[in-house]
Amino acid sequence: MARMSYAQAACAALARAMRSDPSVVALGEDVGRGGIFQQYKGLQQEFGGARVIDTPISESTIMGAAVGMALAGLKPVVEMRVVDFALCAMDELVNQAAKARYMFGGQGRVPLVARMPGGIWSGSAAQHSQSLEAWFAHVPGLVVVAPGTPQDNYSLLGAAIGSGDPVCYLEHKELWGAQGEVDESLQVPLGKARVARQGNDVTLVTWSRALESALAAAEASRLSVEVIDLRTIWPWDRDTVLASAAKTRRLLVAHEAVQVAGFGAEIAATVAEELGIRVKRVGGPRIPVGYSKPLEDEARITTERITQALAHFN
Amino acid sequence: MARIRAFENAAEEASKGGVAAFGADLADAKVRGPLHLSTGQEAVAAGVCIHLAMDDLLTSTHRGHGHTLAKGASMERMMCELFGRATGCNGGKGGSMHIADFSVGMLGANGVVAAGIPIAVGAAHALKTQSKRAIVACFFGDGAINRGPFLEGLNWAQIHALPVLFVCEDNRWSATTSTGAMTAGAGALARAQAIGVPGEEVDGNDVLVVDAAAGRLIADIRAGKGPRFLHAITYRFKGHVSVDPATYRDGEEVARALQDDPLKRVWTNLTAGDVERIHRDAEEEVRKALAAAAAAPWPSPEQAYTDIQDTGSGRWRG
Repeated sequence: MARMSYAQAACAALARAMRSDPSVVALGEDVGRGGIFQQYKGLQQEFGGARVIDTPISESTIMGAAVGMALAGLKPVVEMRVVDFALCAMDELVNQAAKARYMFGGQGRVPLVARMPGGIWSGSAAQHSQSLEAWFAHVPGLVVVAPGTPQDNYSLLGAAIGSGDPVCYLEHKELWGAQGEVDESLQVPLGKARVARQGNDVTLVTWSRALESALAAAEASRLSVEVIDLRTIWPWDRDTVLASAAKTRRLLVAHEAVQVAGFGAEIAATVAEELGIRVKRVGGPRIPVGYSKPLEDEARITTERITQALAHFN
Repeated sequence: MARIRAFENAAEEASKGGVAAFGADLADAKVRGPLHLSTGQEAVAAGVCIHLAMDDLLTSTHRGHGHTLAKGASMERMMCELFGRATGCNGGKGGSMHIADFSVGMLGANGVVAAGIPIAVGAAHALKTQSKRAIVACFFGDGAINRGPFLEGLNWAQIHALPVLFVCEDNRWSATTSTGAMTAGAGALARAQAIGVPGEEVDGNDVLVVDAAAGRLIADIRAGKGPRFLHAITYRFKGHVSVDPATYRDGEEVARALQDDPLKRVWTNLTAGDVERIHRDAEEEVRKALAAAAAAPWPSPEQAYTDIQDTGSGRWRG
């Protein structure tokens, strides 16, 4: 066990993958200098510029070249800087990476991890603060991962690189400094949720940065709240969620992404269809994230907002 | 070239009634959906691909049958793919627009204009990283030079000195609009040169000229000199898609272009007997491919759920 930040954990996981597999490369803007969040710190010094590849500000070609690299035998880890910039690479991600294996009839595959830091980043306003996991979950061919702790960022990044699939890997920009104990021998499979807190009255499903608020709201609640950190958005862990909801008979989903057509809707609908129980969602209002603090705060999913939603079940 | 022409003619015939938007009944068509024919552009595919070995790679466009054949793909498996059969190179999952044969280094046609450019650049980057000696040929049309990935991809290839030949197959029409009216500046080669990528502009209907230029450029690439650019000017004999009569084009322009048929031009170097034999062989190969495709099995509905992703496999229904 070692104490690490969320950023250090990802860096350690990538270094481990690159040491064990020479086909793993990393590419993106500023990665040679450690990446803008220091999530690549020291990697170019250890592995050289041919494997930790500095690129122009060419998001389309960073993603598109990674598809070509993958088809030609490498396992690229792509840095998109923030998920908002990955929107410049949507053709390459959605039409190319996600489709290549299928439309070529399985002749080629695209083992590619696209790191796309998401979520509100204080004071960064509308083009640096989005949570777009539902977009990617909607696209067949993509895996979608949203780690909420240093341990999961370590273990899930390794699992993503090893999966052989195109993975949208959504780290949260306000978690980079989060500290935690990391067991480097702990493997976390993709598609497996974690019960972060046990309870009997309400199942609260969440992920990424909202996990912290959810746990705080659960502690403060008069109800016994079971908190599930989904960790992988697609394929999501239906078994764990349905088993918990069958026990508690109440479901709340909380996420930072805009609530309208957010991934919480998929979970709530599935649980309602399968179990016929009461479901509720709490997500961001359908507004761009504003710059000024009172505006930005409106977009945040706080402990208070989750507490209010839990009170609905009293 | 004769094989490509024969394949395109047969594919065109088999696709009749295959596009629903034109009021046809799809059920009667052997080949479904839009078919982008490279009829008239055969000299570019043949003149470039003659210089490629099996371990060299190639990316293509929505108009990619010629490149795929010239790279060495089986005509029969290609025809099966157009017919949507399980024995097609893509198992029926791609069709004309995504035709691919990785076994001969053909990394796929692409339904998105210019999308093959970054993929080719990345494949070339991988070859360099892996210290392999192979190169990548990247085909795209004249319309692609107005998309961002053209600039990004050429810049990337040049700064990393990657082994890639960019081939602008200029048929002078961007879908149904004349490319000239939509393109500023001095054209494709000038844009490449502005980024520092050397190249040549050639008559793309003269296969011997294409062959010679591609030979020079590919020799430079294999010598480690970085990317090169070939601007081959040709003409699209058919419409944008097989059902497009292309009435927006000037009749005289089309008539002149048909006179400049790359096949007719190359025949002047051969005896009448050779030409006859080449045609006969190509027609026979196409006839066999058509018969095989018509008799081949369809993919099972279960195949719709395979080759998507391993993670979460089997949960596609919800």
